[in-house]
Amino acid sequence: MEQVKCECGHVNPYGTVLCESCGKPLEHTAKPLLDMRYEGSARRSQTYNKTIIDKIWNFFSSVKVGVWLIVITLIASAIGTIFPQKMYLPPNVTPAEYYEDQYGWAGKLYYELGFDNLYGSWWYILLLASIGVSLVICSLDRVVPLYRALKKQGVTRHESFLRRQRLFSATSMEDESFLETVKQRLAKRRYHVREENGNILAEKGRFSRWGPYVNHIGLIIFLIGAMLRFVPGMYVDKVLWIREGETKEIPGTNGQYFLKNEKFVFETYEKGKDNPAFNEAIDRVGSGMVAKTYQTTAVLYKRVGPTVPGEEPKLKKVKEYRIRVNDPLKYDHYALYQVDFKLNELNKMSFELIDKQTETVFGNLSIDLNNPKPSYDLGKGYRVELLSYFPDFYFDDDGNPATKSRVPNNPAFVFKMYTPDKPKGEVSFVAIRQTIEPFGDNKYKMAFAGVETRNVSALTVRRDFTLWILGVGGAIFMIGVIQGMYWNHRRIWLKLVNGEVLLAAHTNKNWFGLKNEVRAIIEGTGLMMPIDQAEEEKKEAQGGKGNGATK
Amino acid sequence: MAQLSSTLLYIAFVLYLIGTFFFGGTIRDKKDRPQTNRWATIGIVITIVGFLSQVGYFITRWIAAGHAPVSNLFEFTTFFGMMLVGAFIIIYFIYKTSILGVFTLPVALLVIAYASMFPREITPLIPALQSDWLHIHVTTAAAGEAILAISFAAGLIYLIRVVDQSKSSKRTFWLEFVLFCLITTLGFVAVSSAFGLADYEAKFKWVDKNKETQEVVYQMPALVGPHQWTLEKQSADRLKPLVEMPAIINAKKLNTVIWSLFGGAVLYLLLRLLLRKRVAAALQPFVKNVNLDLTDEIGYRAVAIGFPVFTLGALIFAMIWAQIAWTRFWGWDPKEVWALITWLFYAAFLHLRLSRGWHGEKSAWLAVIGFAIIMFNLVAVNLVIAGLHSYAGS
Repeated sequence: MEQVKCECGHVNPYGTVLCESCGKPLEHTAKPLLDMRYEGSARRSQTYNKTIIDKIWNFFSSVKVGVWLIVITLIASAIGTIFPQKMYLPPNVTPAEYYEDQYGWAGKLYYELGFDNLYGSWWYILLLASIGVSLVICSLDRVVPLYRALKKQGVTRHESFLRRQRLFSATSMEDESFLETVKQRLAKRRYHVREENGNILAEKGRFSRWGPYVNHIGLIIFLIGAMLRFVPGMYVDKVLWIREGETKEIPGTNGQYFLKNEKFVFETYEKGKDNPAFNEAIDRVGSGMVAKTYQTTAVLYKRVGPTVPGEEPKLKKVKEYRIRVNDPLKYDHYALYQVDFKLNELNKMSFELIDKQTETVFGNLSIDLNNPKPSYDLGKGYRVELLSYFPDFYFDDDGNPATKSRVPNNPAFVFKMYTPDKPKGEVSFVAIRQTIEPFGDNKYKMAFAGVETRNVSALTVRRDFTLWILGVGGAIFMIGVIQGMYWNHRRIWLKLVNGEVLLAAHTNKNWFGLKNEVRAIIEGTGLMMPIDQAEEEKKEAQGGKGNGATK
Repeated sequence: MAQLSSTLLYIAFVLYLIGTFFFGGTIRDKKDRPQTNRWATIGIVITIVGFLSQVGYFITRWIAAGHAPVSNLFEFTTFFGMMLVGAFIIIYFIYKTSILGVFTLPVALLVIAYASMFPREITPLIPALQSDWLHIHVTTAAAGEAILAISFAAGLIYLIRVVDQSKSSKRTFWLEFVLFCLITTLGFVAVSSAFGLADYEAKFKWVDKNKETQEVVYQMPALVGPHQWTLEKQSADRLKPLVEMPAIINAKKLNTVIWSLFGGAVLYLLLRLLLRKRVAAALQPFVKNVNLDLTDEIGYRAVAIGFPVFTLGALIFAMIWAQIAWTRFWGWDPKEVWALITWLFYAAFLHLRLSRGWHGEKSAWLAVIGFAIIMFNLVAVNLVIAGLHSYAGS
């Protein structure tokens, strides 16, 4: 493609609007003020529009399209909060029924449109991906030519460039003594001053121009990090329910790590025991109603030696830790979080073998509800066999005893009691608060003697290799956004032409600050304060068009 | 200590109120006088003293509770009000515009008054909140939102100045609507305080959506009653609800909303009767000397300063804490989503500022919408869309 040579001698790439070196407009523009965005550099999107690639490039490089993508994502995200998302429904409900049940026809429609899993839907992910594409293309389209333009910018600027800046003044000056003062003041305000043939370019904060591109890089890294979660093995998310005293393999660690739950503690705030400042609040909801601590005292073990199926693993103690909410146990990229608990789960139940009539006790037995023995010998010829065990007992549809789960919520047993006088044994069905005898003529009975309970703790197991990428992305984003927002790129030009001093100034934002600075720099030098030509233009446009307020 | 803390907050409130009047006093001055005159100086000094007093409230309450007072709706909203004043003070020293005080301080007053309608006692921290990230995340997020809210004040000034009041239009309607919303907040405060002073209480039994009987205590006369309500014996003489709500609607909150709207409407109509013109039209003469370009720039600058702070507090710190407390950095909880929405909105705002035609009035409208989103996240997401974050407000 042909290049464009400016009258100053600088050769510009095709599509350049303002000469990179002297700033002279290369094409005729009608507007009195120059459009300084991206320094009038040759942006691909503004130059080519022929092939399909050009069209895609131009589509995504448009800020307008970017804003639309943001706004659509915003609206979609808001819709997702109207009703709870699927992941927040109570367990054991069917979403199809739940939404209609709870929210009527609106809920049904919500579910049918797939809004119950909006943030995981293909179109929402596609929106985020488009934003990502837009970020890349927008940035590339601008940053490369902008970098070129700022690097090649000359000190000596064309007169028409200066006159068509927003802040501009021309002053007839007798001598040039003011120059030294101005230069000193500029340097004091940390301007980088360049001189060429008596012309001055003072510049500061150019690095803030890169802020938007830096923060976009941060966002892209963040989005890539988020996308990596779809890669298997990048993260582990498992739940471990573990009873007090138990040692269990930690799921998701490939049998490498084991955990023992020494003790689980649940505490509440109580009046009198805690900070008296809380009394009023505790009174309102009741003492013992506000949770204070969930804590599992745990011991972490590591397996030593190879995994042999069927063999008890050899364990080495690694670490003891009190896991609390907000204080997970961390080791080898794994983290164990306190997430749930269950208090007083039945653990052991004990019974006495008695004579129903005399109530004489012939011995007692204790059953481990999670690991019952098949038979218990009570000595002297007394023996009890456990024929069946139902940890979570109920009667099924056919009226037979069955169990809902393996958790001993409501244990029931079928015992066979062998005694010296009943060598064939008597059968008895025992559940909480009921005893059923198949024939109704037993002599002996298993009398309930007590229970032992223990607490169960639920821990979430996490390992996430994407976190550091997200962290890096977030940090770069913050650096970029601060760089772009808290600094601005200011330039002041001075040019001497035929005894006249042309003074122009430009900033990418915060014109108020720039005006104050220019005022301070030229104070007492005899230079005229530049006029804000954008404001003048606006005033002319309004031209006394009276609206109530401005009169 | 807790007592001292309440007193300091009260002092701060009164000082902000006085400060507003001093800033108001600057309006009468001629345009050609220097911007900083004696009225404005007194105004900013009073505001700073008020701010320090509120900082005192914050510190003493922190000492009394043993944790930073940002753990319930009252504390958070009060803190937001304090940050709003703080942000105003900073912007004031950059731009020296006293008119900004006339609009920001009343908004801060409304925010603090609104906050004090919720339970004010010091609450103990549940395990999920027991973390240093509570202070870090909540304070930064509130500071970010407050700085962004300054752009709302600037936008409002811009709109009041620029919207043509000589004929009614969409613009006059929506501007009145914005002012009506502010007045309704005042209505809510007035109605709640009135019934609070009268110790009004009506106890109901009702049937929830799972067909279980529940109890609820209204602190305002029940215009709308809960599903299948019956008044308890001790409340037999209380107003019987005029309309019964289905079980999925929280009738008590709806009742409060209706009362607030009613209070707001009464106040608004009274104002209209007194002024005999639109409220915005009545305010217009006060802003006639405002420099529009400067106001626009303040609005933009507030977003430029606030956006990074908001990102850091409401998204980045939030994610770090969520990873520690809830095992995942992001969970699409409604509050998280609305923080994202706020962020996306201001991101769109900043991008629109790059294009021509979005400065000035359009930008001012956007600032108003942005504030509406922040308020939605503060009020509606806490009280209506319950999620992990919702403070137990009633």
